[in-house]
Amino acid sequence: MMSDSKKDCFAHGGVLLFLFALQFFLPAYHHGNMARIMVLASYAIGYNLLFGYTGLLSLGHAIFFAAGLYGSGLAISQFGFSVGVALVIGVAAGCVLSAVIGALALRTEGVAFMIVTLMFAQAGYLTVLYFGEFTRGDEGFVLAHADRVLWGVSLSDQTSKYFSAFSLFCVSLIMCLALVRSRFGKVLIAIRENEERTQMLGYNVVWYKFCTIILSGSISALAGATYALLFGYVGASFASVEYSIYPLLWVLLGGAGTVIGPLVGMIFMFYLIDLSSGVTTAYMLVAGVVLVFLAVFAPQGVMGEVRSRIWKWLS
Amino acid sequence: MAVLSLLSAQGLSIKFNGLSVLSDVSFDVPKGQVRALIGPNGAGKTTLVGLLSGRLLPSSGTVHFDGQNVTNWPSHKRIVQGMGYTFQITSIFETLRVHENVALAARRHQMRDTLVNEVVEWALVRVGLAEYVNDIAGDLSYGHQRLLEIAMGLAQQPKLLILDEPTQGLTESDIEAFKALIDDLRGEVTVLLIEHNMDVVMQAADFVTVLESGQVLFEGVPSDVKASALVRAAYLGGANAKA
Amino acid sequence: MDFGPYLMLAIMEGALTAAVLALTASGLALVFGVMRVVNVAHGEFFMLGAVLAWWVTQLAGGSPVLGFLLALCVVPVLVGMLAAFVDMTILKRINYDPERTIVATIGILYILQQVTLMTYGPEARPVAPPFNARIALPWIDMSDGTLRLYWPWGLSITSYKLFVIGAACVVLLGLWALMTKTKLGLLMRATEQDREMALAFGIPVQRIYAIAFGLGAGMAALAAVLIVPIQQAHYLMGGDPLLLSFIVVIIGGLGSLPGAILAALLIGLSDGIISIFFSPTLAKIFATLFVAFVLVFRPKGLWGTGKP
Repeated sequence: MMSDSKKDCFAHGGVLLFLFALQFFLPAYHHGNMARIMVLASYAIGYNLLFGYTGLLSLGHAIFFAAGLYGSGLAISQFGFSVGVALVIGVAAGCVLSAVIGALALRTEGVAFMIVTLMFAQAGYLTVLYFGEFTRGDEGFVLAHADRVLWGVSLSDQTSKYFSAFSLFCVSLIMCLALVRSRFGKVLIAIRENEERTQMLGYNVVWYKFCTIILSGSISALAGATYALLFGYVGASFASVEYSIYPLLWVLLGGAGTVIGPLVGMIFMFYLIDLSSGVTTAYMLVAGVVLVFLAVFAPQGVMGEVRSRIWKWLS
Repeated sequence: MAVLSLLSAQGLSIKFNGLSVLSDVSFDVPKGQVRALIGPNGAGKTTLVGLLSGRLLPSSGTVHFDGQNVTNWPSHKRIVQGMGYTFQITSIFETLRVHENVALAARRHQMRDTLVNEVVEWALVRVGLAEYVNDIAGDLSYGHQRLLEIAMGLAQQPKLLILDEPTQGLTESDIEAFKALIDDLRGEVTVLLIEHNMDVVMQAADFVTVLESGQVLFEGVPSDVKASALVRAAYLGGANAKA
Repeated sequence: MDFGPYLMLAIMEGALTAAVLALTASGLALVFGVMRVVNVAHGEFFMLGAVLAWWVTQLAGGSPVLGFLLALCVVPVLVGMLAAFVDMTILKRINYDPERTIVATIGILYILQQVTLMTYGPEARPVAPPFNARIALPWIDMSDGTLRLYWPWGLSITSYKLFVIGAACVVLLGLWALMTKTKLGLLMRATEQDREMALAFGIPVQRIYAIAFGLGAGMAALAAVLIVPIQQAHYLMGGDPLLLSFIVVIIGGLGSLPGAILAALLIGLSDGIISIFFSPTLAKIFATLFVAFVLVFRPKGLWGTGKP
């Protein structure tokens, strides 16, 4: 009989192995989709650290994703940096921004925290529009194929795109898994369950939250930067309120506070919208219905239900 | 004098909206003592505990703990310094297992997981919850949740354990067990017991501080408190202080 | 135009913005005050008001006056009933948990918006104002040491815009009377003070919630009916009112009605005036950052009257 901890590791390892193997079987269309899904799922993993594990509901994570996206995108388009440097710049931008916003927003809690994060993200979105000269606003800009080469490998190529997205997802998932199984992660869960009690056990709750916001913001920025480099498009829509709502939606759907939930929610939502946008232009209707349904009937999400019913050992 | 005591409050006052809730409260708890803090409803006990544990800041006065001036410290820092605190209204991690509840308390000062597990087991045996170690805390009975709360206090291995109304809502047999536990802890850890139940106070405490209308009304050993006309008067002619 | 008349024009336009904003935001403040939940779909109730107003005026046929009056009476009631229905079917089920309510109302936002897109379509459509006389405004000029009244070119307002400002004042007075002078207002204030106590006293809290939610949405719809002859009805028009209402409610102190109205005046007037000096985008950046900083450093609102 395996220990619960080992089962947990094997289950997540299995998922990664499956995703790796998948690229050899998928038809081209879904091949591209999966690359996109894994990048956005990494963003959702970053979001989940804050929302699912620590219990802080941010409505402004798009600003961190966009910080990575624009940080690396502008580093290439405006300053001609190489892909590697651009990636570092993107993550650094998200890291700094999350530290600043975290320090301010953590003075509030509950509904006020949501609105403060929403407002900062909105200010970020408007800033992108204001500097339209460089960002080209809503229309966005495209990074040339020639500029998206890492160590001699073109990132716009199908195979390397999938592999890069997979690598990013591996890093995010393993980081998240290691974190939530660590002492630090257990304190985060304690904060989510009962903040006052955690404080009165001698933990500096604000410090833990602050570190988590930076970590969450940096992972989101890493995903954003990777998105820009792999898909070569940088546009203001990624900084809009929608892109703050999406990770919430994916995480809620897949299961907040589960490591694999963000991926499950992302795949589900992606194909739901993909299928319905073939039928109607009002495909966001699906997102709306799903949100209401989740709030009312399944606040635990898919993997949350799986954990509470079947695999109780799942992280 | 203040140097010898583990906890020392000097001239604590606090006002809410201009209304004085505590005025000039001073007392010392020497190391190793079981001190009870009693007083009628509205005497300011909860507020005083809030000041001692750092959940409130005083308008004036100081709190010294273990040789340090902790008056302006946030609560988590005081707890790292060696204060343990249990909540008046049960506050546990309901969705987590009993083991994890206590382990969170132990992990802060124990770096190795094996040591954490030892502390958890020790604390749970102490309060008699060892058999429930793998249960979800929220599924425990009310009395057991109160005991879990105390186990979390013990697992912090504090120098001073503040128990805020620990017997509230407990059955007679639970209360007997609690008194035995306090007797068991005597000498090992300093206890500040905020308590309504006079039986518990009379049997468990070494020394009693009586609070009334935000001031210290009386201090003495339990038998003196029982004999005091002042205290009887404060408790509506002694109705609660059954002999 | 000289600077003076230009400023006066900005103030007139600002007063119009303030009037509509005060109506919309007091609806949001009412919901937050009584129910302690944030209704993210508030802007969509505003949008629905505008779209339904277009629809009703179309049904009413040729006469803009008749159509407008009909819309003014029917639309807020329809939207209010829809909101009350949403409250009873969805919000009640999640027990008004603040965070789940936000998630659910985000969902409702998309549902309302997208259903409108599917039925009403992506076009922006105008509604004819019932009356629209242009009223030229005078300005005082100092020349040769004597005061002279003159009518600068372009300094004017329409009778309809004046009507909107007046109507908003009347409705707000009505809301104030409802909250302070009637039994329903008393019950709502009691629920706001202490839900548990209200329940213990036998106040039908559930029904009060449905009424408050409906009334809040109705206020937004009413504001939209008033503004739609000036702005066109469009399925995405709910975003700005939502954002501005948020700003107003936060600056005014969460849930405080007088605070919200005062803040609406401040924002509405400054919005008009700021946009003279800044590009609208820059003005919005400052406005959003301002709200964030108010919440961070003055969580009870600028006037500090509301509850935390």
